Amino acid sequence: MGRTLAEKVWDEHVVRSAEGEPDLLYIDLHLLHEVTSPQAFEGLRLAGRRVRRPDLTLATEDHNVPTLDIDRPIADPVSRTQVETLRRNAQEFGVRLHPLGDVEQGIVHIIGPQLGLTQPGMTIVCGDSHTSTHGAFGSIAFGIGTSEVEHVLATQTLMQAKPKTMAVTVNGSLPDGVTAKDLVLTLIAHTGTGGGQGYIVEYRGQAIEELSMEARMTICNMSIEWGAKAGLIAPDQTTFDYVEGRPEAPKGADWDAAVAHWKSLVTDADATFDKEIVLDASEMTPFVTWGTNPGQGVQLGASVPSPSDYSDEGDRIAAQKALEYMGLEAGTPMRDIEVDTVFVGSCTNGRIEDLRAAAEVLRGRKVADSTRLLVVPGSVRVRLQAEDEGLDVVFKEAGGEWRNAGCSMCLGMNPDQLQPGERSASTSNRNFEGRQGKGGRTHLVSPLVAAATAVKGRLASPADLDPATPAAHA
Amino acid sequence: MEKITSHTGTVLPLRRSNVDTDQIIPAVYLKRVTRTGFEDGLFGAWRNDPDFILNKPEYSGVSVLVAGPDFGTGSSREHAVWALMDYGFKVVLSSRFADIFRGNAGKAGLLAAQVDQDVVERLWALVEADPATEVTVDLEAREVRAGNLVASFQIDDYTRWRLLEGLDDIGITLSHEEDVASYEASRPSWKPVTM
Repeated sequence: MGRTLAEKVWDEHVVRSAEGEPDLLYIDLHLLHEVTSPQAFEGLRLAGRRVRRPDLTLATEDHNVPTLDIDRPIADPVSRTQVETLRRNAQEFGVRLHPLGDVEQGIVHIIGPQLGLTQPGMTIVCGDSHTSTHGAFGSIAFGIGTSEVEHVLATQTLMQAKPKTMAVTVNGSLPDGVTAKDLVLTLIAHTGTGGGQGYIVEYRGQAIEELSMEARMTICNMSIEWGAKAGLIAPDQTTFDYVEGRPEAPKGADWDAAVAHWKSLVTDADATFDKEIVLDASEMTPFVTWGTNPGQGVQLGASVPSPSDYSDEGDRIAAQKALEYMGLEAGTPMRDIEVDTVFVGSCTNGRIEDLRAAAEVLRGRKVADSTRLLVVPGSVRVRLQAEDEGLDVVFKEAGGEWRNAGCSMCLGMNPDQLQPGERSASTSNRNFEGRQGKGGRTHLVSPLVAAATAVKGRLASPADLDPATPAAHA
Repeated sequence: MEKITSHTGTVLPLRRSNVDTDQIIPAVYLKRVTRTGFEDGLFGAWRNDPDFILNKPEYSGVSVLVAGPDFGTGSSREHAVWALMDYGFKVVLSSRFADIFRGNAGKAGLLAAQVDQDVVERLWALVEADPATEVTVDLEAREVRAGNLVASFQIDDYTRWRLLEGLDDIGITLSHEEDVASYEASRPSWKPVTM
């Protein structure tokens, strides 16, 4: 019988398999950052162990680094200690590190693909749940805890029970102005936060095939938000074109051998999935969240739901608590919700295409007086590319702030945080209570909706805006 | 890792679903480089509310957490497990756990036992009626017992065995070093390296 893409990649990485035990999987690439690695290195040190494969390991600083004044010592002493600890560990254990200030520094899930280290058919792990991003290349990629980080450092393997397989087939094409972010938020509202639990998900169908690599990364990035172990997309010419020529991509005969293998990484026609979800992209519209988990979302054109809309008691209570936390009244049109801060960035939507999309909306327009716009590129390379294209000027002329690379306000570990009660429209991935700062209220949106919201001062799509005024000097 | 065979203790009935790891321990507490001392961050934001259940004196000394479905969603931070354990929790019962949380719990030695939602509801009712109610979570028998309630729970065989034996995963894997070396010898040359 045929096998799915996920099963093929899994099988290729099984080091050892025994009845009643999880498989021992080989890990092709282990990504590290400052927050989830210190206790793992400490564990190695205490046990007198080394890093088995430093050459399959890469570290960067992203979660708690500042996005301003990056040439000065980090002001927060606790953050500084954590970053310095990573630097010491990288040196002691011989791990390649792209520190703050390095041209390759950035969010760990942005720099892997950018360097060409993320390739089809790999196993990729990191102590970060959004490792699922790398699945866009047809790899099995997932987040792990610190004990597992230590396990991978010491052995380059992980013990993993084989998950079930699911297909999410998205037929049709996304309408203009509807993005990968809207697609995945629509999916999560459909499945709930636990819908993917126990599955590796393959996204497929016309709408997925039509997406760029960066948009595919947005989809796979959010796999964890509906509980999936991992999400992946079969590699195709779009994938190969993206990887070719990147610094760590195979070259010459190696490239040909690699592509020949990658072309076999598709789900066989006679393979079966344990579960399938089918969606129609042509019916999708801009989609935003109203609540405190990524499954609590509606179309931008809809209204805040009422707890009484839910038949399940648990859902009803969750909706009631979410409305209280978010300070929202049931029945309020989403477009009437006023927003204090717009955040464009993160491993979900901090790549160059995201910044271009936001800049296109903001060109010749102004951020509303009552609203703050924060644009944080996902990596130094993305920042340099954006500056090369003049996007930074567009953001600044519109009244936005242009920052240095990092996770920033996605999780508010650095100084970029919401104030209590402050409301954001954010291109990031989690609207959990307090995620972007204690008491902060988050609406997850696409880069297009983020930019339009910045102009209107309330949730909006580009179609809601008056025509732009041509820039004076244009 | 400490062996677990059975645990008996009092219960914190947390009537919430989707308790994500940002709620279990907010990101601001993750800046430490040590492995212990995370108890102050447990449910950091919710504990500011004097009415939050963990602040109530009748629930001091609890060691079993009973929560709604989709417990531990979101971030992979193992600090969530450490915070629960540092506070004194030995067991979490829920009708559905997020994968990464469940994995982290098993590695660190926190028993994440999956029970049917109606068992969760009955435990909540029992404990809310009498917070001194003790629950026994018997890993050998895969059973939860409290008052007249006896119910089975789910945990995968391998994690159960490791918890019962108190085994360290890295040690187990290193005993398969020959398999790892032979797999490495067969990897294609075009696979990427970082140096």
